[in-house]
Amino acid sequence: MNTAADTPARNTKIMNRSDLTSRLVAKLKNEEAVIGGIGNTNFDLWGAGHRPQNFYMLGSMGLAFPIALGVALAQPERRVFALEGDGSLLMQLGCLATIATLGPKNLTMVVMDNGVYQITGAQPTPAAAVSDLVAVAVGCGLSNSAWAADEDDFERLVDRSLSASEPTLIGVRIDDKPGVGATRRDPVQIRERFMLGMGVREEL
Amino acid sequence: MAAAAEQTSSQIAQQKSWHEVVLQTLKRNDIRLVPYVPDRVLTTLIRSIHADPFFTCFPTAREEEAVGIIAGAWMAGMKGAVLMQTSGFATLANVLASLAVPYQIPLIMFVSERGTLGEFNYGQSLVCRTMRPVLDSLAVEHHTCTRLDEFEFIVDRSIKQAVTTQAPVALILSPLLTGGKVFDK
Repeated sequence: MNTAADTPARNTKIMNRSDLTSRLVAKLKNEEAVIGGIGNTNFDLWGAGHRPQNFYMLGSMGLAFPIALGVALAQPERRVFALEGDGSLLMQLGCLATIATLGPKNLTMVVMDNGVYQITGAQPTPAAAVSDLVAVAVGCGLSNSAWAADEDDFERLVDRSLSASEPTLIGVRIDDKPGVGATRRDPVQIRERFMLGMGVREEL
Repeated sequence: MAAAAEQTSSQIAQQKSWHEVVLQTLKRNDIRLVPYVPDRVLTTLIRSIHADPFFTCFPTAREEEAVGIIAGAWMAGMKGAVLMQTSGFATLANVLASLAVPYQIPLIMFVSERGTLGEFNYGQSLVCRTMRPVLDSLAVEHHTCTRLDEFEFIVDRSIKQAVTTQAPVALILSPLLTGGKVFDK
């Protein structure tokens, strides 16, 4: 069998999801939307400090990018970030082609790739040793896709995405640490606060 | 005179095809976003929605992807509806139970019904039987649309109810309405 070490695309620094999420959130000054995928990606988004423009998924594995696409289409003037795990993205690879076809330039996707289903016991994904998810994204037509070499490179790619003329996908290789936050699991409250954050609701 | 006018307008209404009713009713209710996974029966509807610049209409790779897009758009202020076939609906139990229903998303689904009234593929007839039990198990509102004369009422009222009560709705397009798909080779 192939091993992860054989894959040239993984010649990048192993970073930490919570650290990268905090670095991203610290950059947000313009009420940017952030969609956190199922499990650890939204736990670390919660852990980075709640914002009204954050949306936390409590199921629907694989739909962080499609949900973010919907937000990006509805509000083309707002920057939309989506944080998704590698295992989650594997459930919904087809969405990369949809996003490439529609081409919303205000969408920045981050794939947190540790090669495992951390939350279920760190079992390797079927892609772990053999697949390059950034290459998959490029193959789907998302030409503005790249692995972040390290934390500084991640921040550079995030900054660059803000003025991109097409959607951006950033792959980050991360460790197998669990998320640090514990999202409050109240779907209606999450949705209502997010709608307030998106400016489509008024406080009662 | 009023009765005569009513009769005329009712006759005009009856001249509209079912897919014209869908397009016009979506428009009237400001439903602009229409992701879909295609079906033969939906071909004319999809073509006419694509041709109308009012709509943002595109195919997705899976039906649950379309549901995610609709959910995101709703939360950011844009209303949408998903078009699919019965077998596509069968892939949606997880996303209905974990996103559309608990987050109270007014997800409007048009499902072209395969698997009944002349089905020629046994698998389609089996998967069709899973649809209403899944909808009922989640208490999702659904209507099976069989008659053109009541179709506009059902579509218009169902869209308004979905939006105002923030709840999903499935409008099942019976072969009695659409003609369905018949064995042709």
